[in-house]
Amino acid sequence: MEKSSNNISRRNFIAAAGGVTLAITAYALYPTLSGKKREIDPSELSEEKVNAWVHLRNDGQITIYNPASEMGQGSMTALPVILAEELDANWDQVKIETAPINVETYGFKAFGNRKVMINVGSRTVMGYFDALRQAGAQARYILLHSVAQHWSVPIQELSTAPSLVQHEASGRKMTYGEIVDILTVPETIPEIPTSDLKNPADFRLIGKEIARYDIPAKVDGTAQFAMDIQVPDMHYGILERGKMHGAKPSLTNAAEIQALEGIIAIVPFEYAIGIVATTLEKALAAKTKLAIDWDQNVAAQGHDSQEDLEQYLSMADASSDGKVLHSVGDVRAALQKGEKQYAAVYKNDYIYHAQMEPLNAIAAVAADGQSAEIWAGTQNPGSIAPTVAKELGIEADQVKLNLCYLGGGLGRRSTSDYIIESVKLSQSAGKPVKLIWTREDDLQYGMYRPLSLQKLEAATDSEGQIVALNHCIVGDGSNLLASGARNEFYNIPNQAIDLRLAKNGIRIKHWRAVGHGPNKFAIESFIDEIAVDQGQDPLDIRRALMKSSPRALATLEKAADMANWSSPPAEGRARGIAFGERSGALCTGICEISVNEATGKIRVHHFWSAVDAGTIVQPDNVKAQMEGGIIMGMSSVFCEQLTIKNGEIQQSNFHDYPILRIEDAPESIEIAMMPSTDAPKGIGEASTPVVAGAIANAFTALTGKRLRHLPFSPARVREALLS
Amino acid sequence: MPSLFYLKRIHMPAYSLQINGETHKVNTEASTPLLWVLREHLALTGTKFGCGLGQCGACTVHLDGQPIRSCTMPVSSLAEDQEIKTIEGLSSKGLHPLQEAWIEEQVPQCGYCQSGQIMQAAALLEQNSKPSREEIVSHMNGNLCRCGTYTRIVKAIERASGTAS
Repeated sequence: MEKSSNNISRRNFIAAAGGVTLAITAYALYPTLSGKKREIDPSELSEEKVNAWVHLRNDGQITIYNPASEMGQGSMTALPVILAEELDANWDQVKIETAPINVETYGFKAFGNRKVMINVGSRTVMGYFDALRQAGAQARYILLHSVAQHWSVPIQELSTAPSLVQHEASGRKMTYGEIVDILTVPETIPEIPTSDLKNPADFRLIGKEIARYDIPAKVDGTAQFAMDIQVPDMHYGILERGKMHGAKPSLTNAAEIQALEGIIAIVPFEYAIGIVATTLEKALAAKTKLAIDWDQNVAAQGHDSQEDLEQYLSMADASSDGKVLHSVGDVRAALQKGEKQYAAVYKNDYIYHAQMEPLNAIAAVAADGQSAEIWAGTQNPGSIAPTVAKELGIEADQVKLNLCYLGGGLGRRSTSDYIIESVKLSQSAGKPVKLIWTREDDLQYGMYRPLSLQKLEAATDSEGQIVALNHCIVGDGSNLLASGARNEFYNIPNQAIDLRLAKNGIRIKHWRAVGHGPNKFAIESFIDEIAVDQGQDPLDIRRALMKSSPRALATLEKAADMANWSSPPAEGRARGIAFGERSGALCTGICEISVNEATGKIRVHHFWSAVDAGTIVQPDNVKAQMEGGIIMGMSSVFCEQLTIKNGEIQQSNFHDYPILRIEDAPESIEIAMMPSTDAPKGIGEASTPVVAGAIANAFTALTGKRLRHLPFSPARVREALLS
Repeated sequence: MPSLFYLKRIHMPAYSLQINGETHKVNTEASTPLLWVLREHLALTGTKFGCGLGQCGACTVHLDGQPIRSCTMPVSSLAEDQEIKTIEGLSSKGLHPLQEAWIEEQVPQCGYCQSGQIMQAAALLEQNSKPSREEIVSHMNGNLCRCGTYTRIVKAIERASGTAS
């Protein structure tokens, strides 16, 4: 339906908004995001459509809606910065609120042309960059248009300063807050051409030091994670799951459990027994008293992680190729024809997310089962209403998600298993239920980065150039294994990747940087092995490989400069270098290490990294993400190993699945960001993949020995030293 | 059934606790960890649950000025006159210098462990106003951070204690 009168819609809108808050972009921006003329009948405007990207209040406050989950990556601040830049907002007047969960309005296009509200693969800032610049520029246009009409001057004579429209010829000025009372929404909002967006040289907010919006609440304990939510009449839910993934429970003492004080419901799941109790301590106590027979006739039975790695080796050695994922040139012929052949095998044990906030969710399913409200931290907010609705057999618009801060996502919180569990508990108990996974639950029924093995083969020509590289990956998990195996920035004419799949029945999942961790470890170690054999400097061999990739090469040169690569390190220390790309960001990392030969402990003293991530929206936050990615990478390299025997997870908590502690953090981490005006790239996972290779290569430089199996535990280090 | 529950509940032990300068009464089992009392009974949710085994430090609070892991401290082991301080009561007026330093150094990422980190650090500065870097690292080693904010935590403590280089 098309409406031609602004007045009707505007009057309706102001009334609806109570005359104080005016959502300037409400009906203005929403339709134009599709580039079309305004077509919304104001009488049909729902609350969510009204709440588009920005609200302007007549006291000058500018509320910008953040459409992304905040799990520590900082995009809650970065996204509003992008919009505020083009709006020419005074940042001090900006307030950030979580956007309603409405994929059509607040989603970004990814995975083909589908709109999503999902925060994975470091895509958030790059996914929203263009749309939020456009939204900000269009909002600014509406303000300019309104003032032009009010003063009867051509819009071209107006300009903006932070939260201010000015008419230079007459010297008149009007603040954004004052415009609220004279706002006129134009008939159509033009798509602002890219050439009319701000010149990056004029950016006041993008690329500047702006404090993260969420940090004050995270230093005084007021930040609300789902774990912190309490709702009226809330009960507590706990599940007892098997040590073997998929094992089916039979509860043998239901009557005894039911008779315990405060037990409201026993809820059977296919893979667990759920308990709902009046208090958390009662639910936890009941969990320990459950007597369950587990039917372990499931796919995971018999899986032994360390023995099966040996099996992976024979799969890699089998003559027939697996599924060829990528091929350029003729790698088999080039391997044979080469002057010298190389082969090496790298291994990666299972690792676990260990996000600090164990999984949890609160569900309140209505008594009639026809609606539900959820409080959760999720990386995939757009999927929750449809998923919960499907579970309950109701319409998605009857499910409301209250998105909370995430105490870490790391790939684990993009599934909704824990949310569905809370819904089932609430439905069965007829009460709002807070489901908490204990740390043991979180670890033992986790979804891990899969066990994998990489067998790399290469050949060099008479000048020592790598002319062929075959990358064979063995494991369970398909795409989880394949990411990061391609070498788009190395000039190697014949390359292929083949994937050989195992099936272990273990729950597996994206873990920060996904396959890039294991694959870059293998590739970067292997290149170093060839360099050592050829007597080439590890920096020089990469320089030659990157000769056609100036952006990648620039990060290499920058990191080498920062680390003072050409000068020898102190006695007892050595440096290692590695390169990787992830989500469009190019990253070189260099570390300096020493080794305690008696204990087998490797110490990283310094880490230097240069990253090209396109336009940097928030420099200090990019540094923080790079630092955190390096430390989490070190944790996976030194500490983390999840093992499975006869299908059962062998670890249970941080005492037997340690993660890196502060004493093992580097003395310094230095990050350089390459200047760029390209579109932003993903930074949340950029540094993690280079860590293992850099450390492995430094270890060889120091000791002459090679570490090829992650993690580099003290036992494995001692073993390598004795080899 | 509800009335039966009620009868049983009133027979649960009652505990009186001094938390952030106020007296709180709670009814719960003797074995209930202080952490659940703080979070679920009293809605002092700044103190976090991370592991339940005293391995991660997310639940750190002060007991008579000493940092303790509230997840492994049964409520029955606390005396009525012992003073418990949580992140909510760390500073009676404005922000504690550590909280200011945490903002200056932009320490938190996901933020979940940070109440525990700050409480642990605050106990250090009360005993040792100018800790060396080694003393900081040693004192903070029981507090895990998965986001990898360790280098910034050290800088923030050095800033708050005036030992930043």
